[in-house]
Amino acid sequence: MTLYIFLTLAVISVITALLMVFTRNPVHSVIYLILTFFSIAGQYVLLNAQFLAVVHIIVYAGAIMVLFLFVLMLLNLNADTEPQKSNGWKLSAAIAAGLLLVTLVGALRGSIQVNIPETADGSVGLVENLGKALFTDFVVPFEIAGILFLAAMVGAVLVGKRDLKV
Amino acid sequence: MLETIKSVPIDYYVWLSTVLFVVGVFGVLIRRNAIVVLMCVELMLNAVNLLLAAFSTYLNDAQGQIMVFFIMVVAAAEAAVGLGILVMIYRNTKSTDIALLDKLRN
Repeated sequence: MTLYIFLTLAVISVITALLMVFTRNPVHSVIYLILTFFSIAGQYVLLNAQFLAVVHIIVYAGAIMVLFLFVLMLLNLNADTEPQKSNGWKLSAAIAAGLLLVTLVGALRGSIQVNIPETADGSVGLVENLGKALFTDFVVPFEIAGILFLAAMVGAVLVGKRDLKV
Repeated sequence: MLETIKSVPIDYYVWLSTVLFVVGVFGVLIRRNAIVVLMCVELMLNAVNLLLAAFSTYLNDAQGQIMVFFIMVVAAAEAAVGLGILVMIYRNTKSTDIALLDKLRN
């Protein structure tokens, strides 16, 4: 049963990712990418990573993709006016991506050996355990992430200002 | 043990992440709209996130999921700054076509 849920979510995420790449209209791309993110959130639920599932929905579908959608709407790019790359370029891109896939599969096939401990009950993904790890072992990176956000916010505002007077 | 660990081999997660990552790379190579290129980069980040979370659960180690959390933080910051830069570029060139962005060449 779990395997079938996994396979369904995997097929949905791959198909919507491909649709995101191939559709001409950027707004449709955003919608398909949101569907991909929801199926990945389903994978997190399947892995019992509850904290990550919720944060993934909030951050990606709730914040980042809305930001993308707003920029598309503000720039009025919601028609399929995108100039297309030449067929030769598309073919070489397909070949390059296919070669990357073959290389990764060839390198990884047969080399994955994991000793799954008997205690693996998926409890690491609970908010309680992740919070403990985040605020004890990883408290310094956590604070640095806050500084990174502040710097990114200041940078984004400065870059976006129309006439900058320093 | 968790039901997922018993019924889904870890290999399946590796293959799913590989395919999603390659789709992202393909999108970066094939699209000309810079916003869609940024979205494909997000897809690649998500493929890696999924694999980190899977290994974290399978090995009963919280570090992988903490790493996913930090990747999400960086992705959010990157999207905000990247879109700011794109809006600026659009204001100057009236286009988000990446073929026009070769001003630093030569």
